[in-house]
Amino acid sequence: MTLPMETPAPAGAIAKADNSGAKTGLATPTTLISVGTVAVLITGWWMLSFYQVVSPVFLPSPLTVAASLGNLATTGFVDSTLAQHTLASLLRIFAALLASVAIGIPVGLAIASSHVGKGIFDPVVEFLRPLPPLAYLPLIIIWVGIGETSKVVVISLAMLPAIILSTVAGVKSVSRDRINAARSFGATPIQVLRHVTLPSALPSILTGIRIALGAGWSTLVAAELVAATRGLGFMIQAAAQFLVTDVVIGGILAIAVIAFLLETVARLIERRFVPWGSRL
Amino acid sequence: MSSLTFEGVSLDYGASAPVLDAINLGVRSDEFVAVIGRSGSGKTSLLNLAAGFLTPGKGRVAVDGKPVTKPDADRAVVFQDDALYPWLDARDNIAFPLRLHGVPVAERHQTADRLLLHVGLPGAGDKKIWELSGGMRQRVGIARALASEPKFLLMDEPLGALDALTRERMQSFLLGVWAESGAGVMLVTHSIEEALFLATRIIVLSPNPGRITADIPVSFGRAALDDRSAHSIKKDPAFQALHDRLTDLIHDTRTEHAA
Repeated sequence: MTLPMETPAPAGAIAKADNSGAKTGLATPTTLISVGTVAVLITGWWMLSFYQVVSPVFLPSPLTVAASLGNLATTGFVDSTLAQHTLASLLRIFAALLASVAIGIPVGLAIASSHVGKGIFDPVVEFLRPLPPLAYLPLIIIWVGIGETSKVVVISLAMLPAIILSTVAGVKSVSRDRINAARSFGATPIQVLRHVTLPSALPSILTGIRIALGAGWSTLVAAELVAATRGLGFMIQAAAQFLVTDVVIGGILAIAVIAFLLETVARLIERRFVPWGSRL
Repeated sequence: MSSLTFEGVSLDYGASAPVLDAINLGVRSDEFVAVIGRSGSGKTSLLNLAAGFLTPGKGRVAVDGKPVTKPDADRAVVFQDDALYPWLDARDNIAFPLRLHGVPVAERHQTADRLLLHVGLPGAGDKKIWELSGGMRQRVGIARALASEPKFLLMDEPLGALDALTRERMQSFLLGVWAESGAGVMLVTHSIEEALFLATRIIVLSPNPGRITADIPVSFGRAALDDRSAHSIKKDPAFQALHDRLTDLIHDTRTEHAA
C-alpha cells in the first residue's frame, strides 16, 4: 500500500525543486522521440554512404567524419588543431561580447530613460538591426584591415542590437512601484538606477546576451569564411577548397556543439544570477 | 508631533474636472487616517501628493511646515503590490532604506532582524521573496517602510491583493504597527469596513472634481488594541450604523453625478 502512495512523491519533489518541473515530467517521451530522430538521421546518413548512393567525396560516412574529428583534435588541419581553431573563434566571440555589453547596456539605458538618448541612438539601432552583418563586413575590412579587429567589430555590431533592445525592454518594464518605493526611502536618481533599475532589468539583459551570443556565433563563423587564418569557419572554408568533406562536416558538427554549449552556459548563468526570473 | 498638511491643493491633468480640488487637510503623526471614496475620486493621487511623487498644480503639501518637493525618507510608502526586490532576501529588503543612507551592513542587518521580529516573521530573514506568501510579503514591505523611521506611513491599498482571511489578520497587524511605530498613517482603501476598523479618522472623497465631502473621527480600532476581538467590533451596532452612513455618503456622490 505504501509503495504506490509514495512513488509520485519524488516526482513532486523534483517538480518543486526545478521550476521547469512541469516540462521535466513531460519531457521524457519527447526526449525519447528526439533521440529516435537523431538515430534515424545518422542511420540514414550511414546507409547513403555505405551503399555508395552518394559519392564519399560529397558525403563521407559517419565513421570517416568521426575519425577525421579525432584527427583534427590531435594533428589538426591547416596548421592548427581543432582546439586551436575553436579557441581562436571563442576568443573573438568573447572579445566582441565584452565590447557590445560595454556599449550596449549604457546605450540601452540612454534610450530607455531619456528622449534625447532615444532621439540620438534609435535611428542608429534601427539602421543596424535589419542589416545582415556580412553586408558591411567588406566595408569594415576596408576601414580597419583584415586582422582580428575587423572580425571583432563585425561580431560586436551583430550582437549590439539584441543587447541594446533587451536593455531598453528591461528598463521600460521596471515596475513603477519598485522605483517609487526606493524614492520614498530617499534614494537619489543614481541610487535608483544602481539598486532598482539595473537589477530589475537584469533578467531581460541576460536574455539579450543569450540571443546576442547566438547572433554573434553565426556571424563569426561566416566572417571567418571570408577572412581569417585560424578559426572554425576558416577551417571549414579551407577544407572545402580541397574537397576534404569529412573535415567540413566535422567542423559543422563542432560549430553546432559549441553553439549548443554556449546556449547552455548562458542559461545556467541566467538561472544562477536571476533565479527569480519571470516569477516576480 | 509631526504634521502632514494639504493647503488648498489642486491637481489637474488638463482634463475637464480637476482630479483634486481645493483640498485642505492636516494629518498628525498620532493619527490613522483612512481615505475612502469611489474610483476616480483621487484617493491615490492624494497619497501620491503626500509622497511627493506628484506636485500640486495649486496650493502646497508640507511636512512640519516644510513644503514637500520630492519623495523622502520621512514619508515611506507601502504599495498594494508589495514592490519588494527579488534579488535581495527578506532581510536585505528591509535593510534597503538603511543601505541607501550608508548604514554599515552589521548595523542594518541588526535593525532588519529586529523589524522582522516586530512584524511577526522571526527567522525569515534568509528567505527569498518568492518563497513568501502574499501576507508575509506585505509584512516585509511594511517592515521595510518602518526601517527608515518615517514620520508618516503612506499606504495605498496595502491589503488589497490579499485573500479575505489574511486580510483580516493583517488589519489587526496594521493597528499594532501604527500603535507601536509612532508614525502617522494615511491609508487609501476601497473597503469601508477596513477604514472603520483601522482609522482614527475617515476622509471621504467625491469625484469630479475630487473634493473632501466628509471628515469623520472614529475609534473602533482602539478597542481592538485593548484585546477586543475584531469580529465583535465589526458586529457592533454603532460600527454597522456608521458603515451604512458611509456607504450612503459614497453612494450619494455617485447618484448626484449620474443624474
